[in-house]
Amino acid sequence: MSETTTVDARGAYCPGPLMELIATLKLVEVGDEIEVLSSDKGSANDIPEWVAKVKHELVGINEKDDHWSIVVKKLK
Amino acid sequence: MTKKIVIVGGGLAGTIVGNGLARQLSRQLRNNEARITILGTTDQHMYQPGLLYVPFGRIREQELFRDQRKILNSAIHFHVDPVKKIDKKNNQVTTESGKTYDYDYLVVATGSRLRHDTIPGMTEGAHWFYDLEGARKMREALEAFEGGKVVVNINVPHKCPVAPLEIVFMLREYFENKGILDKCEITYTYPIGRLHALEPVAEWTQPEFDKYGVKYETFFNTKSVDPKKKTISSEEGVTLPYDLLVTVPPHSGAQVIDDSKLGKGGWALTEKETLLHEGSDNVFICGDATNIPISKAGSTAHFEADTIIDNIASLVTEGRMARKYDGKVFCFVETGLNSGTYVWFNYKTPPNPGPPSLMIHWFKLAYNRLYWLSARGLL
Repeated sequence: MSETTTVDARGAYCPGPLMELIATLKLVEVGDEIEVLSSDKGSANDIPEWVAKVKHELVGINEKDDHWSIVVKKLK
Repeated sequence: MTKKIVIVGGGLAGTIVGNGLARQLSRQLRNNEARITILGTTDQHMYQPGLLYVPFGRIREQELFRDQRKILNSAIHFHVDPVKKIDKKNNQVTTESGKTYDYDYLVVATGSRLRHDTIPGMTEGAHWFYDLEGARKMREALEAFEGGKVVVNINVPHKCPVAPLEIVFMLREYFENKGILDKCEITYTYPIGRLHALEPVAEWTQPEFDKYGVKYETFFNTKSVDPKKKTISSEEGVTLPYDLLVTVPPHSGAQVIDDSKLGKGGWALTEKETLLHEGSDNVFICGDATNIPISKAGSTAHFEADTIIDNIASLVTEGRMARKYDGKVFCFVETGLNSGTYVWFNYKTPPNPGPPSLMIHWFKLAYNRLYWLSARGLL
Protein backbone atom coordinates (compact mmCIF):
# COMPACT_ATOMS: atom_id res chain seq x y z
CA MET A 1 0.00 0.00 0.00
CA SER A 2 1.40 3.40 -1.00
CA GLU A 3 2.30 5.93 1.65
CA THR A 4 2.57 9.72 1.78
CA THR A 5 5.60 11.35 3.37
CA THR A 6 5.45 15.03 4.27
CA VAL A 7 8.59 17.15 3.98
CA ASP A 8 8.13 20.41 5.84
CA ALA A 9 10.73 22.59 4.09
CA ARG A 10 9.13 25.91 5.08
CA GLY A 11 11.89 28.36 5.95
CA ALA A 12 14.55 26.00 4.57
CA TYR A 13 17.17 28.09 2.78
CA CYS A 14 19.73 25.33 2.43
CA PRO A 15 19.55 22.73 1.00
CA GLY A 16 16.01 23.88 0.17
CA PRO A 17 12.73 22.23 -0.83
CA LEU A 18 13.80 20.63 -4.14
CA MET A 19 16.97 19.13 -2.64
CA GLU A 20 14.86 17.80 0.26
CA LEU A 21 12.43 16.27 -2.26
CA ILE A 22 15.26 14.59 -4.20
CA ALA A 23 16.79 13.21 -0.99
CA THR A 24 13.42 11.94 0.25
CA LEU A 25 12.59 10.26 -3.07
CA LYS A 26 15.57 7.98 -2.45
CA LEU A 27 13.98 6.78 0.80
CA VAL A 28 10.44 5.94 -0.38
CA GLU A 29 9.00 3.18 -2.56
CA VAL A 30 7.77 3.46 -6.16
CA GLY A 31 4.13 4.54 -5.99
CA ASP A 32 4.56 6.50 -2.75
CA GLU A 33 3.76 10.20 -2.64
CA ILE A 34 5.74 13.04 -1.09
CA GLU A 35 4.12 16.28 -0.02
CA VAL A 36 6.61 19.16 0.06
CA LEU A 37 5.63 22.22 2.08
CA SER A 38 7.59 25.25 0.90
CA SER A 39 7.51 28.94 1.74
CA ASP A 40 9.73 29.63 -1.29
CA LYS A 41 7.57 30.64 -4.25
CA GLY A 42 10.36 29.40 -6.58
CA SER A 43 9.48 25.85 -5.51
CA ALA A 44 6.16 26.10 -7.32
CA ASN A 45 8.18 26.37 -10.54
CA ASP A 46 11.39 24.42 -10.05
CA ILE A 47 9.86 21.32 -8.45
CA PRO A 48 7.38 20.75 -11.34
CA GLU A 49 10.17 21.48 -13.85
CA TRP A 50 12.46 18.86 -12.31
CA VAL A 51 9.67 16.32 -11.81
CA ALA A 52 8.83 16.57 -15.54
CA LYS A 53 12.52 16.14 -16.48
CA VAL A 54 12.97 12.92 -14.50
CA LYS A 55 9.47 11.64 -15.27
CA HIS A 56 7.92 11.36 -11.84
CA GLU A 57 4.29 12.49 -11.47
CA LEU A 58 3.20 15.89 -10.25
CA VAL A 59 0.02 15.09 -8.34
CA GLY A 60 -0.84 18.67 -7.40
CA ILE A 61 0.20 22.16 -6.33
CA ASN A 62 -1.86 24.09 -3.79
CA GLU A 63 -1.18 27.61 -2.61
CA LYS A 64 -2.00 27.91 1.09
CA ASP A 65 -1.99 31.05 3.25
CA ASP A 66 1.76 31.42 3.56
CA HIS A 67 3.22 28.45 1.70
CA TRP A 68 2.82 26.00 -1.16
CA SER A 69 1.94 22.32 -0.89
CA ILE A 70 3.42 20.31 -3.77
CA VAL A 71 2.62 16.60 -4.05
CA VAL A 72 4.84 14.31 -6.14
CA LYS A 73 4.41 10.59 -6.85
CA LYS A 74 7.51 8.42 -7.32
CA LEU A 75 7.19 6.53 -10.60
CA LYS A 76 10.54 4.76 -10.94
CA MET B 1 19.35 9.54 42.04
CA THR B 2 22.14 9.94 39.50
CA LYS B 3 20.88 11.43 36.23
CA LYS B 4 22.37 9.32 33.47
CA ILE B 5 23.15 11.13 30.22
CA VAL B 6 24.22 8.92 27.32
CA ILE B 7 25.58 10.35 24.08
CA VAL B 8 25.65 8.09 21.04
CA GLY B 9 28.45 9.22 18.73
CA GLY B 10 31.80 10.88 19.37
CA GLY B 11 32.00 13.16 16.35
CA LEU B 12 31.82 16.93 16.61
CA ALA B 13 28.18 16.99 17.79
CA GLY B 14 28.59 14.35 20.48
CA THR B 15 31.90 15.78 21.64
CA ILE B 16 30.63 19.35 22.03
CA VAL B 17 27.49 18.18 23.84
CA GLY B 18 29.55 16.01 26.19
CA ASN B 19 32.10 18.70 27.00
CA GLY B 20 29.46 21.42 27.34
CA LEU B 21 27.37 19.34 29.71
CA ALA B 22 30.47 18.40 31.72
CA ARG B 23 31.15 22.12 32.25
CA GLN B 24 27.56 23.06 33.09
CA LEU B 25 27.02 20.05 35.35
CA SER B 26 30.47 19.94 36.94
CA ARG B 27 29.10 20.10 40.48
CA GLN B 28 26.52 17.38 39.79
CA LEU B 29 29.24 15.18 38.23
CA ARG B 30 31.51 15.65 41.24
CA ASN B 31 28.64 14.78 43.63
CA ASN B 32 27.60 11.75 41.58
CA GLU B 33 24.24 13.40 40.88
CA ALA B 34 24.91 13.14 37.12
CA ARG B 35 26.94 10.86 34.87
CA ILE B 36 27.87 11.45 31.24
CA THR B 37 28.77 8.54 28.96
CA ILE B 38 29.82 8.85 25.31
CA LEU B 39 29.70 5.73 23.15
CA GLY B 40 31.75 6.27 20.00
CA THR B 41 33.05 4.32 17.03
CA THR B 42 36.72 5.37 17.17
CA ASP B 43 39.34 6.67 19.61
CA GLN B 44 40.48 9.27 17.06
CA HIS B 45 38.70 12.59 16.45
CA MET B 46 39.02 13.92 12.90
CA TYR B 47 38.68 17.55 11.79
CA GLN B 48 36.60 16.76 8.73
CA PRO B 49 36.70 20.19 7.01
CA GLY B 50 40.49 19.80 6.80
CA LEU B 51 40.00 17.02 4.24
CA LEU B 52 39.35 19.71 1.62
CA TYR B 53 43.05 20.66 1.74
CA VAL B 54 44.46 17.10 1.58
CA PRO B 55 44.24 16.64 -2.23
CA PHE B 56 46.26 19.84 -2.68
CA GLY B 57 48.91 19.01 -0.06
CA ARG B 58 47.86 22.07 1.92
CA ILE B 59 47.43 20.34 5.29
CA ARG B 60 49.41 17.62 7.01
CA GLU B 61 47.37 14.53 7.78
CA GLN B 62 48.47 14.52 11.42
CA GLU B 63 46.85 17.97 11.80
CA LEU B 64 43.47 16.36 11.12
CA PHE B 65 43.52 14.05 14.12
CA ARG B 66 43.52 14.24 17.91
CA ASP B 67 43.12 11.54 20.53
CA GLN B 68 39.39 11.63 21.36
CA ARG B 69 40.07 10.93 25.04
CA LYS B 70 42.28 14.04 25.28
CA ILE B 71 39.60 16.29 23.78
CA LEU B 72 36.97 15.12 26.23
CA ASN B 73 36.49 16.50 29.73
CA SER B 74 38.05 14.02 32.16
CA ALA B 75 34.70 13.62 33.96
CA ILE B 76 33.15 12.00 30.87
CA HIS B 77 33.02 8.22 30.59
CA PHE B 78 34.09 7.45 27.02
CA HIS B 79 33.98 4.02 25.40
CA VAL B 80 34.74 2.92 21.86
CA ASP B 81 31.76 0.61 21.59
CA PRO B 82 29.29 1.52 18.82
CA VAL B 83 25.60 1.45 19.69
CA LYS B 84 23.61 -1.04 17.66
CA LYS B 85 20.17 -0.59 19.21
CA ILE B 86 18.35 2.31 20.84
CA ASP B 87 15.36 1.26 22.89
CA LYS B 88 13.29 4.39 23.53
CA LYS B 89 10.57 2.52 25.30
CA ASN B 90 12.89 1.22 28.02
CA ASN B 91 15.33 4.16 27.98
CA GLN B 92 18.39 2.09 27.18
CA VAL B 93 20.92 1.48 24.44
CA THR B 94 22.77 -1.72 23.56
CA THR B 95 26.28 -1.72 22.11
CA GLU B 96 28.10 -4.01 19.72
CA SER B 97 29.98 -5.60 22.63
CA GLY B 98 26.65 -6.50 24.21
CA LYS B 99 26.67 -3.94 27.02
CA THR B 100 23.46 -2.12 27.94
CA TYR B 101 23.36 1.46 29.19
CA ASP B 102 20.27 2.98 30.83
CA TYR B 103 19.67 6.68 30.34
CA ASP B 104 17.56 9.53 31.66
CA TYR B 105 18.58 11.71 28.73
CA LEU B 106 19.90 10.43 25.41
CA VAL B 107 21.67 12.43 22.71
CA VAL B 108 21.81 10.75 19.32
CA ALA B 109 24.72 12.15 17.31
CA THR B 110 25.40 9.34 14.88
CA GLY B 111 26.36 11.57 11.93
CA SER B 112 26.33 10.72 8.26
CA ARG B 113 28.34 8.46 5.97
CA LEU B 114 29.31 8.39 2.31
CA ARG B 115 27.25 6.17 0.03
CA HIS B 116 29.10 6.17 -3.30
CA ASP B 117 28.18 2.49 -3.34
CA THR B 118 24.53 3.40 -4.08
CA ILE B 119 25.37 4.73 -7.56
CA PRO B 120 26.59 2.11 -10.07
CA GLY B 121 30.23 2.64 -11.08
CA MET B 122 30.84 5.58 -8.75
CA THR B 123 33.16 3.76 -6.32
CA GLU B 124 35.36 2.53 -9.17
CA GLY B 125 35.21 5.59 -11.41
CA ALA B 126 35.21 8.63 -9.14
CA HIS B 127 37.45 10.46 -6.69
CA TRP B 128 36.23 12.22 -3.57
CA PHE B 129 37.72 14.13 -0.67
CA TYR B 130 35.08 13.53 2.04
CA ASP B 131 37.11 10.81 3.76
CA LEU B 132 40.86 10.44 4.26
CA GLU B 133 41.33 7.44 1.99
CA GLY B 134 39.45 9.18 -0.82
CA ALA B 135 41.33 12.45 -0.31
CA ARG B 136 44.67 10.60 -0.48
CA LYS B 137 43.66 8.88 -3.73
CA MET B 138 42.48 12.19 -5.14
CA ARG B 139 45.85 13.75 -4.24
CA GLU B 140 47.64 10.99 -6.18
CA ALA B 141 45.29 11.45 -9.14
CA LEU B 142 45.88 15.21 -9.18
CA GLU B 143 49.64 14.75 -9.06
CA ALA B 144 49.46 12.47 -12.10
CA PHE B 145 46.91 14.58 -13.98
CA GLU B 146 48.28 16.41 -17.01
CA GLY B 147 45.04 17.92 -18.32
CA GLY B 148 41.70 16.92 -19.81
CA LYS B 149 38.01 17.00 -18.93
CA VAL B 150 37.37 17.36 -15.21
CA VAL B 151 33.84 16.77 -13.96
CA VAL B 152 32.96 17.92 -10.45
CA ASN B 153 29.77 16.05 -9.63
CA ILE B 154 27.53 16.89 -6.67
CA ASN B 155 24.98 14.49 -5.20
CA VAL B 156 22.25 14.81 -2.64
CA PRO B 157 22.06 14.68 0.31
CA HIS B 158 25.55 15.76 1.36
CA LYS B 159 27.16 17.53 4.27
CA CYS B 160 29.23 20.73 4.13
CA PRO B 161 27.13 22.46 1.45
CA VAL B 162 29.81 24.89 0.28
CA ALA B 163 32.56 22.30 -0.24
CA PRO B 164 31.29 21.59 -3.80
CA LEU B 165 32.06 25.18 -4.81
CA GLU B 166 35.29 25.36 -2.83
CA ILE B 167 36.71 22.31 -4.57
CA VAL B 168 35.99 23.85 -7.99
CA PHE B 169 37.79 27.11 -7.17
CA MET B 170 40.69 25.27 -5.56
CA LEU B 171 41.03 22.84 -8.47
CA ARG B 172 41.10 25.71 -10.96
CA GLU B 173 43.82 27.49 -9.04
CA TYR B 174 45.75 24.23 -8.56
CA PHE B 175 45.72 23.61 -12.31
CA GLU B 176 46.78 27.20 -12.93
CA ASN B 177 49.71 26.87 -10.50
CA LYS B 178 50.68 23.59 -12.12
CA GLY B 179 50.69 25.30 -15.54
CA ILE B 180 48.07 23.03 -17.08
CA LEU B 181 44.95 25.19 -16.79
CA ASP B 182 44.82 25.73 -20.58
CA LYS B 183 44.64 21.95 -21.01
CA CYS B 184 41.80 21.55 -18.47
CA GLU B 185 38.06 21.90 -18.92
CA ILE B 186 36.11 21.89 -15.65
CA THR B 187 32.40 21.02 -15.71
CA TYR B 188 30.38 21.30 -12.49
CA THR B 189 27.13 19.37 -12.09
CA TYR B 190 24.46 20.16 -9.50
CA PRO B 191 21.17 18.42 -8.67
CA ILE B 192 18.83 21.45 -8.90
CA GLY B 193 18.31 24.21 -11.46
CA ARG B 194 21.01 26.57 -10.17
CA LEU B 195 24.64 26.32 -9.04
CA HIS B 196 24.03 26.15 -5.31
CA ALA B 197 21.17 25.41 -2.94
CA LEU B 198 21.48 28.91 -1.41
CA GLU B 199 20.09 31.31 -4.01
CA PRO B 200 22.40 34.27 -3.18
CA VAL B 201 25.41 31.95 -3.28
CA ALA B 202 24.23 30.58 -6.64
CA GLU B 203 23.83 34.12 -7.98
CA TRP B 204 27.35 35.00 -6.84
CA THR B 205 28.83 31.78 -8.24
CA GLN B 206 27.52 31.96 -11.81
CA PRO B 207 29.52 35.05 -12.92
CA GLU B 208 32.57 33.65 -11.09
CA PHE B 209 32.29 30.40 -13.03
CA ASP B 210 31.71 32.34 -16.27
CA LYS B 211 34.76 34.52 -15.56
CA TYR B 212 36.96 31.46 -15.05
CA GLY B 213 35.46 29.43 -17.91
CA VAL B 214 34.01 26.78 -15.59
CA LYS B 215 31.17 25.01 -17.40
CA TYR B 216 28.09 23.77 -15.56
CA GLU B 217 25.24 21.33 -15.94
CA THR B 218 22.31 21.93 -13.60
CA PHE B 219 19.44 19.51 -12.91
CA PHE B 220 21.99 16.69 -12.88
CA ASN B 221 21.18 13.81 -10.50
CA THR B 222 23.63 11.00 -11.02
CA LYS B 223 22.22 7.74 -12.36
CA SER B 224 25.48 5.89 -13.07
CA VAL B 225 29.18 6.13 -13.80
CA ASP B 226 30.87 4.03 -16.50
CA PRO B 227 34.52 3.73 -15.40
CA LYS B 228 35.56 1.97 -18.65
CA LYS B 229 34.06 4.51 -21.03
CA LYS B 230 34.81 7.31 -18.54
CA THR B 231 31.34 8.79 -18.66
CA ILE B 232 28.83 9.90 -16.05
CA SER B 233 25.08 9.91 -16.73
CA SER B 234 22.17 11.65 -15.04
CA GLU B 235 18.57 10.72 -14.29
CA GLU B 236 17.70 13.70 -16.47
CA GLY B 237 19.25 12.01 -19.53
CA VAL B 238 22.59 13.82 -19.86
CA THR B 239 25.91 11.96 -20.27
CA LEU B 240 29.26 13.70 -19.78
CA PRO B 241 32.72 12.35 -20.68
CA TYR B 242 35.51 12.78 -18.13
CA ASP B 243 39.23 12.25 -17.70
CA LEU B 244 39.06 13.04 -13.99
CA LEU B 245 35.83 12.65 -12.02
CA VAL B 246 35.58 14.33 -8.62
CA THR B 247 32.35 13.63 -6.78
CA VAL B 248 30.61 14.62 -3.59
CA PRO B 249 28.87 11.28 -3.01
CA PRO B 250 25.33 10.99 -1.65
CA HIS B 251 25.18 10.49 2.11
CA SER B 252 23.00 8.53 4.47
CA GLY B 253 22.86 8.40 8.24
CA ALA B 254 23.73 5.55 10.56
CA GLN B 255 22.06 2.16 10.30
CA VAL B 256 21.20 2.20 14.02
CA ILE B 257 18.61 4.94 13.33
CA ASP B 258 16.64 2.66 10.99
CA ASP B 259 17.24 -0.45 13.09
CA SER B 260 15.86 1.37 16.15
CA LYS B 261 12.92 2.82 14.19
CA LEU B 262 13.95 6.41 14.91
CA GLY B 263 13.77 7.43 11.27
CA LYS B 264 14.60 6.51 7.68
CA GLY B 265 17.88 6.56 5.76
CA GLY B 266 19.74 7.12 9.01
CA TRP B 267 18.02 10.48 9.59
CA ALA B 268 16.09 10.60 12.88
CA LEU B 269 12.71 12.36 13.00
CA THR B 270 13.47 15.58 14.86
CA GLU B 271 11.42 18.53 16.15
CA LYS B 272 13.12 21.52 14.53
CA GLU B 273 13.10 23.84 17.58
CA THR B 274 13.43 21.48 20.55
CA LEU B 275 15.70 19.00 18.70
CA LEU B 276 13.81 16.25 20.52
CA HIS B 277 13.04 13.05 18.70
CA GLU B 278 9.44 13.31 17.56
CA GLY B 279 7.13 12.25 20.40
CA SER B 280 9.94 12.07 22.96
CA ASP B 281 10.77 14.23 25.96
CA ASN B 282 14.22 12.84 26.74
CA VAL B 283 15.84 11.82 23.41
CA PHE B 284 17.63 14.62 21.59
CA ILE B 285 19.05 14.43 18.06
CA CYS B 286 22.11 16.48 17.13
CA GLY B 287 24.15 17.21 14.00
CA ASP B 288 23.94 15.36 10.70
CA ALA B 289 21.67 12.70 12.22
CA THR B 290 18.58 14.95 12.25
CA ASN B 291 16.06 15.03 9.44
CA ILE B 292 15.60 18.81 9.83
CA PRO B 293 15.66 20.43 6.36
CA ILE B 294 18.77 22.52 7.00
CA SER B 295 22.44 22.17 6.05
CA LYS B 296 24.38 19.22 7.38
CA ALA B 297 27.48 21.06 8.57
CA GLY B 298 29.83 21.34 11.52
CA SER B 299 28.40 24.73 12.45
CA THR B 300 24.87 23.31 12.44
CA ALA B 301 26.02 20.57 14.81
CA HIS B 302 27.75 23.18 16.98
CA PHE B 303 24.74 25.52 17.29
CA GLU B 304 22.37 22.60 17.85
CA ALA B 305 24.75 21.21 20.49
CA ASP B 306 24.76 24.55 22.34
CA THR B 307 20.95 24.41 22.53
CA ILE B 308 20.90 20.78 23.68
CA ILE B 309 23.56 21.47 26.35
CA ASP B 310 21.46 24.30 27.80
CA ASN B 311 18.29 22.23 27.68
CA ILE B 312 19.66 19.06 29.26
CA ALA B 313 21.53 21.05 31.94
CA SER B 314 18.32 22.93 32.64
CA LEU B 315 16.25 19.74 32.75
CA VAL B 316 18.70 18.19 35.22
CA THR B 317 18.96 21.24 37.49
CA GLU B 318 15.58 22.98 37.06
CA GLY B 319 13.31 20.36 35.53
CA ARG B 320 12.47 22.44 32.44
CA MET B 321 13.73 23.17 28.93
CA ALA B 322 15.81 26.36 28.62
CA ARG B 323 15.49 27.52 25.02
CA LYS B 324 14.78 26.72 21.37
CA TYR B 325 17.12 26.20 18.42
CA ASP B 326 16.69 29.00 15.86
CA GLY B 327 18.08 27.11 12.87
CA LYS B 328 21.41 28.96 12.80
CA VAL B 329 24.01 27.82 10.27
CA PHE B 330 27.37 29.49 9.50
CA CYS B 331 29.74 28.47 6.71
CA PHE B 332 33.07 29.75 5.52
CA VAL B 333 33.38 29.62 1.72
CA GLU B 334 36.88 29.28 0.25
CA THR B 335 36.73 31.09 -3.11
CA GLY B 336 40.26 30.09 -4.16
CA LEU B 337 43.52 29.14 -2.51
CA ASN B 338 43.90 32.73 -1.21
CA SER B 339 40.44 34.23 -0.77
CA GLY B 340 37.28 33.42 1.14
CA THR B 341 33.89 34.64 2.30
CA TYR B 342 31.20 33.41 4.69
CA VAL B 343 27.47 33.00 4.89
CA TRP B 344 25.06 32.59 7.80
CA PHE B 345 21.31 32.17 8.09
CA ASN B 346 18.65 30.74 10.37
CA TYR B 347 15.00 29.70 10.10
CA LYS B 348 13.89 33.31 9.67
CA THR B 349 16.92 35.16 8.25
CA PRO B 350 17.92 34.51 4.64
CA PRO B 351 21.61 34.19 3.73
CA ASN B 352 23.51 37.16 2.35
CA PRO B 353 27.20 36.39 1.61
CA GLY B 354 29.67 39.27 1.55
CA PRO B 355 32.50 39.90 -0.93
CA PRO B 356 35.45 37.47 -0.72
CA SER B 357 38.67 38.68 0.88
CA LEU B 358 42.13 37.46 1.87
CA MET B 359 41.32 38.26 5.51
CA ILE B 360 38.37 35.85 5.65
CA HIS B 361 40.50 33.17 4.01
CA TRP B 362 43.08 33.67 6.79
CA PHE B 363 40.35 33.45 9.41
CA LYS B 364 39.22 30.15 7.89
CA LEU B 365 42.81 28.91 8.13
CA ALA B 366 42.90 30.07 11.75
CA TYR B 367 39.63 28.25 12.42
CA ASN B 368 41.22 25.06 11.11
CA ARG B 369 43.13 25.17 14.40
CA LEU B 370 40.54 26.92 16.57
CA TYR B 371 38.25 23.97 15.80
CA TRP B 372 39.86 22.03 18.62
CA LEU B 373 38.66 24.68 21.06
CA SER B 374 35.12 24.29 19.66
CA ALA B 375 35.27 20.54 20.15
CA ARG B 376 36.41 21.08 23.74
CA GLY B 377 33.40 23.34 24.29
CA LEU B 378 35.55 26.44 24.82
CA LEU B 379 34.63 28.37 21.64
